[in-house]
Amino acid sequence: MNGYGEKELMGRVAPPEGGPNTIRGLARRAFVGTSAGGDYKSRLRLSESTFRKILYLSGISAIVLLLAILISLLASSIPAIKQIGFAFLTRTVWDPVTGEFGSLPFLVGTLLTSLLALLIAIVFSLAVSIFLGEYYRTGPTSSFIKGGVELLAGIPSVIYGFWGLAYLVPKIRSVETLLHVAPYGVGILTASLILSIMIIPYSASLGREVISLVPSDLKEAALSLGATRFEVIRKVVLPYARSGILAGVLLSLGRALGETMAVTMVIGNSNMLPKSIFAPANTMASIIANEFTEATGRVYLASLVEIALVLFVVTAIINIAGKIIIIKMSVER
Amino acid sequence: MKEKSVRRRISFDRLFKALVIALSCIIVLPMFFILYFIVSKGISVINWGFLVSLPKPMGEAGGGISNALVGTTMLIVTASIISIPFGILIGIYLSEYKRGKFPYFSRLSLEILQGIPSIVIGIIAYVWIVVPMGSFSALSGGIALAIMMLPVIVMSTEETLKLIPDTLREASLALGVPYPRTILKVVLPAGLSGIVTGIILGIARIAGETAPLLFTAFGSPFMSTNIFKPVSSLPLLVFNYATSPYPEWHALAWGACFVLIVFILFLNLLAKVVTRRWKVQF
Repeated sequence: MNGYGEKELMGRVAPPEGGPNTIRGLARRAFVGTSAGGDYKSRLRLSESTFRKILYLSGISAIVLLLAILISLLASSIPAIKQIGFAFLTRTVWDPVTGEFGSLPFLVGTLLTSLLALLIAIVFSLAVSIFLGEYYRTGPTSSFIKGGVELLAGIPSVIYGFWGLAYLVPKIRSVETLLHVAPYGVGILTASLILSIMIIPYSASLGREVISLVPSDLKEAALSLGATRFEVIRKVVLPYARSGILAGVLLSLGRALGETMAVTMVIGNSNMLPKSIFAPANTMASIIANEFTEATGRVYLASLVEIALVLFVVTAIINIAGKIIIIKMSVER
Repeated sequence: MKEKSVRRRISFDRLFKALVIALSCIIVLPMFFILYFIVSKGISVINWGFLVSLPKPMGEAGGGISNALVGTTMLIVTASIISIPFGILIGIYLSEYKRGKFPYFSRLSLEILQGIPSIVIGIIAYVWIVVPMGSFSALSGGIALAIMMLPVIVMSTEETLKLIPDTLREASLALGVPYPRTILKVVLPAGLSGIVTGIILGIARIAGETAPLLFTAFGSPFMSTNIFKPVSSLPLLVFNYATSPYPEWHALAWGACFVLIVFILFLNLLAKVVTRRWKVQF
């Protein structure tokens, strides 16, 4: 229904639809200053083909930008790829002094923090989605919680990190003392807790959307058969919204994997393979943030760029998967 | 079905509702707690001198964040100058050409771009700008932020323009208005509120970004207005001072956090006002 040029429109009558005032006003604004209405020629001389070319070029520039990013990352990590090869992903020692670069500790650190955060976040975001999408769709309670969750999404990650350092780390430390584990305070658990607070808004807002899209005749049919509200949610709403919720989880996983500042500040920055969830570690993003500016030597720098490359590819795959699920979902309906 | 099982089902239903409400409240609480924490720590530091003076060397009390305020402004302006025109053009392209291979891949690229971790964008800006120019600079930071801002502007432009009825465009074309003018003077103004909202949200997104600036804008304790030199920015200052061991610097960081949050809340509020006030109804 879109992309009409002048040619396609010949002999076509615009359907009468929409508020006449605004449309008329806008049309008049455009008409004054056209060839029929006055000084058009002096003001805007842009032929249709030039304009379309400009649009085309800018559209393609987005693809070029993404490819350029991928190629630059690849080109800059060549020294590391050449020297270390595939073992880069499986070696456990990262020691710039001796020139050993194995990124397994950071892969494990990233996976542990992200999955733990996701585990915590799923429970809460599902609750918030059901709360806002099913129980309280409108009204002051709903807008209060909705506004709160939106606010949570807007706080910069460095502030979460600072709050974590100032508040959460001492609390975790005292918990660790109680549990008789080494009381670092910083570590995977602390990072996961902060990460989960940061990703809840993402999965919750998508979850709320898909849950509120469940057709009410389906729910009413189940209710009229004598199902309780809980049974309706479990047997009708959740199965119907399943793929949307999954997409939300995937998108927030992508965010958790790449989250840098908050994690860097509370994870403890240890380059060893983490032994427990209380141990300090490093994620792929945090090792880059910590060491990139002080990286000397070609292979050292290239190794860090290679970690960025892995991060880029993984998040791209996760994002594409999430989008595919969303697209499939909208086709099914 | 037995009477007992019905009663159990109903009580289970109530329990579930209570659980959902409880979990939702639990997650809203830390938010207020975090806000309260920052405001209570930050507001005591804020005064006029804090906003207009430079940071003092460690050990000395006082000092301010004027260099970071100037740096953040420079970075946001640079990023906006680059990404707003580009973003709007790409948005128009995507809304005008919905089918076909190129629009599909263009949209997909932007969606991937939006998901790229910000630290990776920082590395890209380092490789593209900092290495050839030989020094950290506000320009490279601005370009990194522009890449982060671009998808937000494109998506909101596209979404807004898609909602504008075809009748509007057809009416304009029927009056003999050339196609470029129809787009620029009829369709675009009709969607202005959505586009402006997108720009504001894009600025809100980049205002708090730290990771892409670590190896581009880099940070600087001095006042600098040269776009080819390193500059400080609010989130960078928070990061540097928060990870330092000195309580005086922590206080400065809390003040900077407070300013940053107020700024971002203001932008979000502004976006809501713009949406409500300027929206053209069809």
